Amino acid sequence: MKAFFIRIYDIYQFIARFFREVFIPPYEYKEVFNQFFEVGIRSLSIISLTGFITGLVFTQQSRSSLAEFGATSWLPSLMAIAIIRALAPLVTALIIAGKVGSNIGAEIGSMKVTEQIEAMEVSSTNPFKFLVVSRILATTCIAPVLAAYMGFIGMMGAFVNVLRNEQTSLTAFFEQAFIKISFLDVYILVLKSAVYGFTIGVAGCYNGYNADHGTVGVGRAANTSVVVSMFLIFIEEMIIVTVVNKFR
Amino acid sequence: MTQVESKYKKLHAQIDRNNPVITLRDIHKAFGALQVLKGVDLDVYKGENLVVLGRSGTGKSVLIKIIAGLLKPDRGQVSVLGQEIDKLDTRELQALRAKIGFSFQSSALYDGMSVRANLEFPLVRNKRHLGRKEIDDAVAQVLDDVGLSQAIDQTPSQLSGGQKKRIGIARTLILQPEIMLYDEPTAGLDPLTSVEINDLINEVQQRYNTSSVIITHDLTCARATGDRIVMLSEGCFLRQGTFDEVFESDDPRIRNFYNTILLINHE
Repeated sequence: MKAFFIRIYDIYQFIARFFREVFIPPYEYKEVFNQFFEVGIRSLSIISLTGFITGLVFTQQSRSSLAEFGATSWLPSLMAIAIIRALAPLVTALIIAGKVGSNIGAEIGSMKVTEQIEAMEVSSTNPFKFLVVSRILATTCIAPVLAAYMGFIGMMGAFVNVLRNEQTSLTAFFEQAFIKISFLDVYILVLKSAVYGFTIGVAGCYNGYNADHGTVGVGRAANTSVVVSMFLIFIEEMIIVTVVNKFR
Repeated sequence: MTQVESKYKKLHAQIDRNNPVITLRDIHKAFGALQVLKGVDLDVYKGENLVVLGRSGTGKSVLIKIIAGLLKPDRGQVSVLGQEIDKLDTRELQALRAKIGFSFQSSALYDGMSVRANLEFPLVRNKRHLGRKEIDDAVAQVLDDVGLSQAIDQTPSQLSGGQKKRIGIARTLILQPEIMLYDEPTAGLDPLTSVEINDLINEVQQRYNTSSVIITHDLTCARATGDRIVMLSEGCFLRQGTFDEVFESDDPRIRNFYNTILLINHE
C-alpha cells in the first residue's frame, strides 16, 4: 500500500515537472513538430479505416432496431450523437494509446536502459524537455484533431450505409445529423480528447522514463503504458460523461 | 599478456600538479544495503589521464557518474573545475556539464538519429548562436579527429562497436570539454580496435589538452593511457601510482587481479 502511494506521488511530481518545464525556455520546437507528425500523420490511415468502418457498421446494426418503429429517418441524428459524443473521442483515444502510447513507452524505455537519456544529461541538454514535454504536448494537441477527423470519417461511413438503403444526399444527411448536435458536443469532444491525449502521453513517458531491468523493462514499459492509458481513459470517460450530463 | 603494439606512442603529458580539476573527498555511496563506495578521496590534475582500475562491480562507473553529477553521493564532497556539484542549481550544473565529456560504455548514441544529428545534438543546444556553416565545420572537424569522416550520414546501427565508441567520443569532443570521462572505453572490443581507442584517448589528451578519468578493467588500456593509475577494490582505493608502481605491490588483492587478467589474456 505504501509503495502504491509513493508511486502516485511520483506520478504527481512527474506531471508537475511537465507543467513547470513546458513554459520555461529554451523550447524544443523542432522535436515538438516531429512528434506532431509522428502522432498525427502516422496515425491517419488507421484512424481513417477504423472511423469509416465504425460509422458503417454502427449504422447497419442500429438500422434494424429503428426500422421496427419505422424510424430509420432518425439514423443520421442517432449516428451523429453516438459518433460525436462517444465513439470518435473514445475509439481515437484507444487507437492512439495502442499505437502511439506503446511506441512512446518503448522508445523512451530503450533510451533509458541504453544510457541515451544520461548521455543527453551530460551533454548539457534537458532530456525531460526534449523527450517528455514534446511527446505529451503532441499527444494532447493532436488527439482532438484526430478525434474530430474520425468523427467526420465515421459520419461518412454512416452516410454510405444510409445512401445504400435510402434516397438521400450528403447535404440532407448532414442537415439531419446535426439537428441533435450542439456546439457543447463539439467542445466536449475537443476537451475529452485533449484529456485522453494528455493521459496517453503521461503514461507512455512516465513508464518509459522509469524503465529499468534492460530489455525486459522496455517491454514492460510499452505494455504498462497501453494498459494504464486504456484503463484511465475509460475512468475519465465515465467521469466526464457524468459531469457533462448534469450540465446538459 | 597478449598485447598489440600501439602505433601511437604516449608522449609525456604536461600535468599541472598544483591545479586539481576534480577533487573528491570522503565519498560514500550505497544502493540499498550494498555499500559501493566507502570513503573515496581523489584528485585529478590538469592535463592528467587518471585510470581507475578494478574488477566489475567495484563501483568504478558509479564514481564517474558522481563526478558528472548523474548520481549524488550519500556523503562527501565533489568539486569539478572549482565548483562543488551539490551546490549548483540546474542551470549551473548544465553549464558545468558542457565542459565535461562523458564517453559511455555502451556509446549511448541516439538510435533514431544519423551520426551527423548525433554530433549536432549537443552543439546546437549549447551554442545556439552558431550558424549552419560553423556547425557543419565543427562536425567535420571532430569526425576527422576520430578518423570517421565517411560515417557522417550513417546511422548508429550501421556502425561497428569500435566506430560507435569513436562517434561517442566525437560527440563529447564537439563541445571542446576540459575534462573527459571514459567508462570502459575498450570493453567488448577486439585487441586491435582497443589499441586504436587507446591511441585516440591519448590523442584527445594532447590535441584538446583535456584531463581525463578512464574507468577500465583492461590492463593494456590502463598501461597505454594512464599517467597515473588508482586501483579500486571493495569501495576503497588500494594503491595509486604509475602502472609499474601499482603492480609492484605485494597486496594479495592487487596480485590476484593482475594474475587473473594475465591468465585470461594468455588463454
